[in-house]
Amino acid sequence: MSLINITQTGSGPKYWRSVNQLADTPEFREFVYREFPVHASEMLEGNSRRTVLKLMAASLGLAGLTACRRPVEHILPNSQGMDAAEYAPGESLFYTTVHSLAGHVTGLLVETHDGRPTKIEGNPDHPHSLGAATAIEQGAILSLYDPDRSMQVLQAGNEAKWEDFGAAASKLPLGDGAGLRFLSETLTSPSLSALRAEALRKYPKAKWVEYEPVSREFELAGSVLAFGQPMYAHPKFDQAKVIVALDNDFLGLDSASPFMTTLFSKGRHVESEEDLDKMNRLYAVESQFSITGANAEHRLRMQVSEVKQFASDLAAGVGAVAGLNVVNNQANDKRAKFLAALVKDLKRAGAQALVTAGPRQPAVVHALAAAINQAVGSTCVAYTKPLIEKTNNGVDALKTLVGEMNAGQVSTVVILSGNPVYSAPADLQFSAALAKVQNSIHLGAEKDETAVAAKWHIPEAHFLEAWGDAATSEGLAAIQQPMIEPLFGGKSALEIVALVIGNKETKGHDIVKKYWTDQFTGNKEQVWRKALHDGVVSSSKTVSPDKVTPDTKKIAAALAAEPRAAASAMEVSFYPSASSWDGRYANNGWLQETPDPMTKLVWGNAAMMSPGTLRAQNLADGDIISISRGAYKMEAAVMVQPGHADNAISITLGYGRQRVGRVGKDVGFNANLIRTTDAYWSGQGFAITATGKQHRHASTQEHGLIGYEGSTADTQNSRPVVREATVEEYKKEPKIIEEMAEVPPLESIYPSVKYDKGYQWGMAIDLTSCTGCNACIVACTSENNIPVVGKDQVMRGREMHWLRLDRYYSGDENEPTVVEQPLPCMQCENAPCENVCPVQATTHSPEGLNDMAYNRCVGTRYCSNNCPYKVRHFNFLNFHKRGSEAVDLTVGIRMAEEEITSLVYNPDVSVRMRGVMEKCTYCVQRIEKVRINAKVDGRRDIKDGEIKTACQQTCPANAIEFGNINDPNSKVSKMKKQERNYAMLAELDVKPRTTYLAKLRNPNPELQA
Amino acid sequence: MSEAVRQHPALMEVNPPLIRAKDYHDLTEQISEITEGDVFKTPLKYWITLAITGSITVLLGGMLTFLVWNGIGVWGNNRPVGWAWDITNFVFWIGIGHAGTLISAILFLFRQKWRTSINRSAEAMTLFAVMCAGIFPLFHTGRPWRAYWLFPIPNTDLNIWQNFRSPLIWDVFAVSTYFTVSLLFWFTGLVPDLATLRDRAVTRTKQVVFGLLSLGWRGSARHWRNYEMSYLILAAISTPLVLSVHSIVSFDFATSVIPGWHTTIFPPYFVAGAIFSGFACVMTLLIIARWALNLNNIITMKHLENMNKIILVTGSVVGYAYATEFFIAWYSGNTYERYAFLNRALGPYWWAYWTMVTCNVISPQFFWFKKLRTSIPVMFVLSITTNIGMWFERFVIIVTSLHRDFLPSSWGYFKPTWVDICTFIGTIGLFLTLFLLFARFLPMIAISEVKGVLSYEKGAFKDQEVVAK
Repeated sequence: MSLINITQTGSGPKYWRSVNQLADTPEFREFVYREFPVHASEMLEGNSRRTVLKLMAASLGLAGLTACRRPVEHILPNSQGMDAAEYAPGESLFYTTVHSLAGHVTGLLVETHDGRPTKIEGNPDHPHSLGAATAIEQGAILSLYDPDRSMQVLQAGNEAKWEDFGAAASKLPLGDGAGLRFLSETLTSPSLSALRAEALRKYPKAKWVEYEPVSREFELAGSVLAFGQPMYAHPKFDQAKVIVALDNDFLGLDSASPFMTTLFSKGRHVESEEDLDKMNRLYAVESQFSITGANAEHRLRMQVSEVKQFASDLAAGVGAVAGLNVVNNQANDKRAKFLAALVKDLKRAGAQALVTAGPRQPAVVHALAAAINQAVGSTCVAYTKPLIEKTNNGVDALKTLVGEMNAGQVSTVVILSGNPVYSAPADLQFSAALAKVQNSIHLGAEKDETAVAAKWHIPEAHFLEAWGDAATSEGLAAIQQPMIEPLFGGKSALEIVALVIGNKETKGHDIVKKYWTDQFTGNKEQVWRKALHDGVVSSSKTVSPDKVTPDTKKIAAALAAEPRAAASAMEVSFYPSASSWDGRYANNGWLQETPDPMTKLVWGNAAMMSPGTLRAQNLADGDIISISRGAYKMEAAVMVQPGHADNAISITLGYGRQRVGRVGKDVGFNANLIRTTDAYWSGQGFAITATGKQHRHASTQEHGLIGYEGSTADTQNSRPVVREATVEEYKKEPKIIEEMAEVPPLESIYPSVKYDKGYQWGMAIDLTSCTGCNACIVACTSENNIPVVGKDQVMRGREMHWLRLDRYYSGDENEPTVVEQPLPCMQCENAPCENVCPVQATTHSPEGLNDMAYNRCVGTRYCSNNCPYKVRHFNFLNFHKRGSEAVDLTVGIRMAEEEITSLVYNPDVSVRMRGVMEKCTYCVQRIEKVRINAKVDGRRDIKDGEIKTACQQTCPANAIEFGNINDPNSKVSKMKKQERNYAMLAELDVKPRTTYLAKLRNPNPELQA
Repeated sequence: MSEAVRQHPALMEVNPPLIRAKDYHDLTEQISEITEGDVFKTPLKYWITLAITGSITVLLGGMLTFLVWNGIGVWGNNRPVGWAWDITNFVFWIGIGHAGTLISAILFLFRQKWRTSINRSAEAMTLFAVMCAGIFPLFHTGRPWRAYWLFPIPNTDLNIWQNFRSPLIWDVFAVSTYFTVSLLFWFTGLVPDLATLRDRAVTRTKQVVFGLLSLGWRGSARHWRNYEMSYLILAAISTPLVLSVHSIVSFDFATSVIPGWHTTIFPPYFVAGAIFSGFACVMTLLIIARWALNLNNIITMKHLENMNKIILVTGSVVGYAYATEFFIAWYSGNTYERYAFLNRALGPYWWAYWTMVTCNVISPQFFWFKKLRTSIPVMFVLSITTNIGMWFERFVIIVTSLHRDFLPSSWGYFKPTWVDICTFIGTIGLFLTLFLLFARFLPMIAISEVKGVLSYEKGAFKDQEVVAK
């Protein structure tokens, strides 16, 4: 391409590839034109030295989007000193930023290579992350490079220019704001909330509504009931010894940040004898089977609507609220026993008891939880007032807004991200209301349902492309720094609001910087730079907890006014999806292909029900049913979930999108069709009828199979692949774990290699800490360039995840216990895969790694067959192939989609071609990077803990430890010295380097059968 | 033979003169005529058949191109089932090939003279089957253009020696040796017959081609001596190959760690199965050839009956092996082994297992009865079911063991795609095409050898023996 120009103009010898080139004949130019049509137009322009250099920069940008795409405002890498922001080509830099979802805020650290973000990690300095990030937070990076993202300003569906919108925005008839409404998602951004204040000051009759399909609104409503004011609850899971989760999947999706898991796992770390006595105990009451339920010692299944009564009975039991109606139970009933034992346990724990309610539960349950905590004297929960004032928040506010829109009172509505046409409750009929608004402006990342319904659609910048900020619910703020200029010309909410209200500052950077530097004291620039560097604004005011007492009388009155649930009526409850959340990540392949932690479903959702309900309804797994209530109806395929509450269906939101990119097209069933304001999170009285149609679920584990078929003697009990014991059993007989499998004396016909010199890498995974949250899977996907294979290929059993999370049920189909087991490569010392490879494509390194030489692999798949853990993954097809359509980038470059999607790749890891085998490498690139750094520093040794594998790095529960097992003092060696350490399938003499620490549970002796 | 026969009259029973013809010349005429004459005057039914099998061969080419273009993903293989129809077909075809070597080498050494009527076509069948088999290990690799790395040939792009611990490398040597020796053996046996065709040739092309191929054969005593010697040596070399090839193929499975594969019984079990399927395939082909080419006088009922007896024996050996596997799985007390076998019989692939048992163990038992053993329709049907059964045996061993191994979390299920099916059908097309071409252009009965068991005059064979001596 531009090479031809260089050879013509540069000094020094001229290199040419053909005589035609030398002569620069028109034919040759024509040939190059046709060969590289993408850059043809650039080619034909002048060929001065400046042009050449410009073109060079642009074409390098193609290869890696280098410095030319870095934003002009200063951003500061965290991986370097405050002042040494020097850029070395090829060296990765880490920048801090922040991400918020549903009111949860996590500080992040983003790895960039030559100016393009490649991996999201948690920011170790951010207290809500401590280095961890959720699966969704990490997966969000793929959306940055999504060629299906919205790239065009749309006016009534037609392509328009940003300037057109600017002109239109200045002509909006805002007046005193009587007809102006803003609709944003949960505000976590202090600077945006300052803009809100500014907007409302300027247009006093305007309103700003916060609505998000999944949010913490009921938690706030609960505190209004209990304390008379909206407050956030801050459960201290790390300090609690007895924890009750009332329909609260705080380890999973009911907390969109890794923070809760981090706290909870602190009460589960067993490193010594004393830790055994300190272990916490978790009780879960829920309808779906969540990972919180899986990690609970005791789980009680009931409909979502019944939890209220349970909470009331619990409150009565501990004497928290007087004058409650207690549901009569027979004494031998499971619920009664559970309740009685729980009451005793909570009272015993006193200050260390903690009752939490989930976001699906109505205000009264949150209030009851507060009352119970108060009654038992719990010190494990603190309440703070929201830093960002909460007015017009939640589904009721949205309902009011829709009413105003229908009544013609709204002339301008500015929708700041979100997709209400798709996600608003069905009975609000948001799209009809939107059509009545004269000026509707939608800012969104996708050309989605709302984008096409609104008069104006503005592409939204990805959070890695735009300036912003976010504060945790306690008020700790962090600056959202962009690492790359908007690829497709997106704008941020800040910029849109600033433009609409005619603010002086309209650039995101200026707004954010001004907001914060105005508050700083001393050397403002220095404090600003430090905030960027550290990823936390140290001067941001955190709210100190308030001493509040719940008003039990009000709670009792509210409870009496609540309708009573009837367990016999069919209930449907809604949940955020582990993949698409509320639908916003529907086009994200990584997340779609990350299996749901419990169901292992990918690329879709299902109407989950208990085996008993399935039989009672005369249905079979995969049957498509129609679920209806009044005028609202949807179709969904049934999937059986052992341990699910009876007479109840749980279904995840975020599927069945109509206007969505190619990835999310035709994925799953749209539960929003039956989600109404009166059955917002759950509702009873749904009718289900079989349609006679069938659907095939794609799941990464044969669903159901391991459940009850597998729990028969021959598979589950006699296969000690996951091992668990109670704390008591383990204390009494620590050998119990080791003795679960019989390992006869073993001998290999090949001479054994002694791995006793230098570094010997090994891994230990603590099943007690692991909650099964999926964060490690996405971390691995991102770090190791793992391809997305799609639904069809997953159904054929060809998913590529190097690290998978295995879920095992045991026990009764209605009350099963679940263990989640992360499974990377075991890096066997006597690796059965190495022995059988005919071309030595997989061999052992002197440091004990089972290495894979992709270039040498011919793809016989023999290694995968002979791998007892089946952790090897074969590239059955070219899974990296993507569309080759060309797309315009903002800087005026046209790029093939394939090139855009490949920008997310980690350049330290080779992308594997089709026909070769691949597998977990223990992140060998990270080992080598640390080794090189150690050498550069003139050190001889790599320090323990210096190397962190991607899965270990992100694990919020610190369940994964990696290091040198040749060093007896390394953390991993110490973990492996615990008696509960076991090697899975040790009887095969494969000598795995990855070992597991058995799952310990701490059940209440009173509830043990 | 005569001395031995005189001392042990019982040998006469197993080696009676079998075939009937007027005289040597008549026999030569009968066999040679098939290969001679104007190609365009070959009966239409031949051309129709060839057109069908040829089209199927083209289908094979198409499937393989499609496979290489897109990747192994066009097949149904997955994780955990890394090998499925590919290796099933490989073992199936290799197994079929076994009858040829067994008939030509082992029966030769055991002086089973009745083999002479069937050995040529059985050997040809071996070669064609090994060709079909060879397609699969080559094309089952993810990057077939790199498959030559499995051979210890100098290459600058790899610069590394093969892994001699891998049974796949043993396979490479076993199969290539087998093919080479089988080809030599077949060709050596053909030389006198090629000379016959050369001498009878009427067109220049045939004279030149057969002249070159017959290596200057003049039928002199020295030629005959060298011929007999080399034939004997090749038979001696081939004999261990009959046992080794399928033993080594079975090592692909036996040396692995997968329950259901990791068993010491595999080598003899595989060899017995191979002979079983090979004979069944020879049977199928010969019944058709005998009928189509009027070879009833050369391929007699006695031949067919003898082969049926071998099918009965090997089928029973295979059945015994199945039983032993189950016993050992139970006796070992190993959970994974026990489950692997229970899962074979009762798991999701139960239908494959019971198809295999029905076809391989139950159906050959009909051959206990002489009436059934000598009935052409019965033996034709049973030869087909045996081959179906033996294909299923390999499928059962490979797929049912892989689909549920140690960790229940990684269990899966394999379903073939249309490409799997068409590829397999394609190899059948290739096999039949090659066999049809062979039957038309080369003597499918060893003319020189079969004369040794010709009975053209009652009692006259004694003189023949003397003459031959």
